[in-house]
Amino acid sequence: MEVKQISLFLENKKGRLSEALDVLAKADINIRALSIADTSDFGILRLIVPDPDKAKKVLTKSSFTVRESDVIAVGVSDKPGGLASVLKLLTDADINVEYMYAFVEKSGEKAVVVLRTDSISNGKKALKKAGVTVLSSRDVYGL
Amino acid sequence: MFWQKDIEMISRRALEELQLKRLKQTVRQAYKNIPFYKEHFSKLHIQPKDITSLKDIRKLPFTTREDLREYYPFGMLAVTKEQVVRLHTSSGTTGKPKAIFFTKKDVDRAAELIARCLIMTGVAKGDVLQNMMTYGLFTGALVMHYGAEKVGVLVIPAGPGNTKRQIALMQDFKTTTLHITPSYALYLATVMQNEGLDPQKDFSLRRAYLGSEPYSEETRKKIEKFFHIDVYNSYGLSEMNGPGVAFECREKNGMHLWEDNFIMEVIDPDTGETKPDGEKGELVLTTLYREAMPILRYRTRDITRILPGKCKCGRTHRRISRIIGRTDDMIIVRGVNIFPQQIERVLMGVKAVAQNYQIVLESYDQMTVRVEIVKELFDGKVDHLVNLRNEITEKIRSEILVRPKVELLEPGTLPVSEGKAIRVIDKRTL
Ligand SMILES: [Zn+2]
Repeated sequence: MEVKQISLFLENKKGRLSEALDVLAKADINIRALSIADTSDFGILRLIVPDPDKAKKVLTKSSFTVRESDVIAVGVSDKPGGLASVLKLLTDADINVEYMYAFVEKSGEKAVVVLRTDSISNGKKALKKAGVTVLSSRDVYGL
Repeated sequence: MFWQKDIEMISRRALEELQLKRLKQTVRQAYKNIPFYKEHFSKLHIQPKDITSLKDIRKLPFTTREDLREYYPFGMLAVTKEQVVRLHTSSGTTGKPKAIFFTKKDVDRAAELIARCLIMTGVAKGDVLQNMMTYGLFTGALVMHYGAEKVGVLVIPAGPGNTKRQIALMQDFKTTTLHITPSYALYLATVMQNEGLDPQKDFSLRRAYLGSEPYSEETRKKIEKFFHIDVYNSYGLSEMNGPGVAFECREKNGMHLWEDNFIMEVIDPDTGETKPDGEKGELVLTTLYREAMPILRYRTRDITRILPGKCKCGRTHRRISRIIGRTDDMIIVRGVNIFPQQIERVLMGVKAVAQNYQIVLESYDQMTVRVEIVKELFDGKVDHLVNLRNEITEKIRSEILVRPKVELLEPGTLPVSEGKAIRVIDKRTL
């Protein structure tokens, strides 16, 4: 199973972000990772949650504009250059990284990074080939 | 194909002579029989004999829809009540309606104009016209009905609504021609699609006349393509008989306005100054051939322009463009006149946005256009949204020549109102 990410369209309206987080809290959904892509007028909130289908359902019900998409989660050694080497090997394989963000760390030995590449399967293949730890959805949601 | 070839192809010179003759008659008739005009003439210190050329029409007072309301019900009548045979009213959203009367001759003359329009678009005996406009106080259906009977086609007085029955009528009686509003035509298309009907195979449709609501060229193309028919623009208003004032010929490039029955002027709605052919402004119409209710220089509030040049079909009556907007809706930003319909047209061409929109005016040099994105097309990518916003901004700018600020909104943010939506929010103070 691919790791699923939930994206939310947020117009620049105060309180809309907290409303979204509120909806998730009320549905008892824990947020594993979160990132906001922002322009001057609107933002996109990206979330990794243990139960993406449920999150999508409750958010849609609360009239949010939601999109579910596949992402890659990798474990990166928490040392200088760890992330850079992952990005370099994707670039070398001619795979474009659209965006990325890091997980909330728990253990401290490995950082978890969420990547969105233009082709998820090619991205995974290249990473695995180079020996990078690609995490399964179970690994990620259970963190 | 012509209904009255001699008058439709009349030379400009003969047409203008005829217009002047009829204008003089109309002015005398209005002055003599309608106190409203007599009063206004004396205020302007003019008399019917001061009208000696067509240009003199500019000396005459305007008539507004407020005037028609104020003199409701009989105040604008130029004949006795015994002479009128038909009444139509045109209701505004507020206040009193306008009463429009026809004598027997007026009914016949309005039908003659429709007959010209039908023949002009290729209708002949044997055609079947399904009239899907509202019958009743509104002029749209009845005036078309009389004109079609005059031509000798079979008229199905279907009226609007009950779409499944409409479809059955079309199939049973092999309807060739529709008279319909653009929004109903679009709805009809959806129903046919859902029923799995093929407009080309299962029907005998050849053409449709669309009127009574403004609509865009894109909508025309869409309807033509779906039904495999020719769609012709029709323009009219109750105060001027109803449909048949101006109509497209088979060139589909502007509507011939029947200048032997009406004098048209295009004016600057603010100053009242006449605009030259080709420039857009408010259409002002004077009836030339009516008994019950001659109306001088009626402010239609419709924005259009007179198309310069001759039409390939050979008719000498000048054409007007499709209605660009209504003066009531006009807004001014950075000194440019803008109609919400122009913005609407742009948005209709952008897939990823819904058709609900709002224009917010906060100052005299900035406008904000707020549009909702389509839920299904949201893909979670920032650059797609930025591109979408830039695309809309650029498209609107090239349409209205003012660069708007475009805000993308979540679907369902803008209020959905029953009936007429509030499109413009003007926060400016004078
Ligand atoms: Zn023509």
